[in-house]
Amino acid sequence: MTTVATWGRQLFWLLALPLVLLTLWWVASADSTSIFWPPLSTILEAFPQTWDADRIVNDALPSLARLGIGYALALVAGVAGGILVGLSRTVRALCEPSMEFFRAIPPPVLVPVIALFAGYTGSTSKIVTIALGCLWPILLNTVEGVRGLDEVQLDTARVYRFRSRTRLLQVVLRGASPQIAAGARQALSIGVILMVISELFGANRGLGASIVQFQRAFAVPEMWTGIILLGLIGVALAGLFRLVEHRALAWYRGVRRADRGA
Amino acid sequence: MTRAPRTRDALLGLTGLALVVAVVQLLPTLGLVDPAYLPPATEMFSALAREVTEASFWTQLGETLRGWAIGLAAAMVAGVLAGIVIGSVDFLRKLTASTIEFLRPIPSVALIPLVVLIYGSKPASALVLVVYASFWQVLVQVLYGVADVDPVVRDTARSYRFSRRALVRRVIWPTALPYVLTGFRLAAAVALILEITAELVIGVPGLGNAIGVAQSSGAVALTYALVIVVGLVGVAVNLGARTIERRALHWHASIRRDL
Repeated sequence: MTTVATWGRQLFWLLALPLVLLTLWWVASADSTSIFWPPLSTILEAFPQTWDADRIVNDALPSLARLGIGYALALVAGVAGGILVGLSRTVRALCEPSMEFFRAIPPPVLVPVIALFAGYTGSTSKIVTIALGCLWPILLNTVEGVRGLDEVQLDTARVYRFRSRTRLLQVVLRGASPQIAAGARQALSIGVILMVISELFGANRGLGASIVQFQRAFAVPEMWTGIILLGLIGVALAGLFRLVEHRALAWYRGVRRADRGA
Repeated sequence: MTRAPRTRDALLGLTGLALVVAVVQLLPTLGLVDPAYLPPATEMFSALAREVTEASFWTQLGETLRGWAIGLAAAMVAGVLAGIVIGSVDFLRKLTASTIEFLRPIPSVALIPLVVLIYGSKPASALVLVVYASFWQVLVQVLYGVADVDPVVRDTARSYRFSRRALVRRVIWPTALPYVLTGFRLAAAVALILEITAELVIGVPGLGNAIGVAQSSGAVALTYALVIVVGLVGVAVNLGARTIERRALHWHASIRRDL
């Protein structure tokens, strides 16, 4: 019985405030005639009509696909580049100031720069924007992670004549992976931002494009459904990331716990 | 680290920057990239040199920095206050955990259509986005920081009947400070990203807007010049935040060990 009580208590802590807030929103907006704040009931009614099969297939999924491709490209290039740069002190010193500069450029200004090259219609320019924006946090964190590797481990791997493939995957990549994960998490939120704003220029389909069209047409309840959908996507991606990280870094948490116990 | 390798690193870094500039110069001059897309570095720098003599440039820079600073300050105050209150009251911490976890990953750009409807291209639009995005960075770090308070220290303070104010000032604040400053560093970068986004996308006055105007009017070299300026602002923000972190924490183990 105690477990039921604990579960109940946990459920209470989990749901109490969200329920109160939703109720407040519902009640406060119930008789709202303000154009900006339509009643929550209207928004929820508009949701399934707005995001029907056509919109999901032609707007939401392509946006997410672009995000996925751009993010994956950034991950591969960032980790590979970060390992190359991180392993040599000279290369690191050579590249670091330039990389710090490129990292400091707010990623949204990539949009007008890339627009110079090929205009801003089509998927490629958007994928390039996402990939370039996500690249720097991953790259710099990988460099940082590789630099922080345990010298003894590297030497041990060398002395035991690990094959370079094994050394790279098991010692370098694995050792740097907590830092890489930190960079990948930063990159994910930048990627979501870029997914949305890359569609505000020269696109008529996509998540960001639809929401702006609703706003321009003063279709306010529909616009709110878009905001809510983007919010849900953000939450879902963050949850997914945590799940992957949790599995991939299980060994790291074990090491940390052992260190603290000792 | 001794002095010699440091000088060597600095020299290498400068060489790296020079190489980047050289590549940007050579790609268009050798005809590998159309200069209409990527003008040579010299053209970018001369556009930049012309731009810094214009009063409008400094107004735009000022607008960007002001929006960034006000938004960041508001987010810091709200984040630190909310973090300390929520973090030090067990009941509030448990109650708000799920809501914070849910609201935090909502991309702030989702709010763009809403602020456009309400404020149009006034600076208030940018302010909402900047504050929303940076508030969570600060709040979450402060919550970590308050949770990090050593239970023994807390109990000791309680046995000595510290007042609530003294507890916050003498026990909670010093423990949380490193986290507050991490939050500040992250929030400073995020605030700049959102300020520039709002200027570029919504047309709030500032450097981001200037970049958009330059690009759409075909002023290619100027577009790059302004991107360089924004990058330098970003570097200054990052370096400034790191310096503040180091100064404020000169007593703290994580910094002292570095020296």
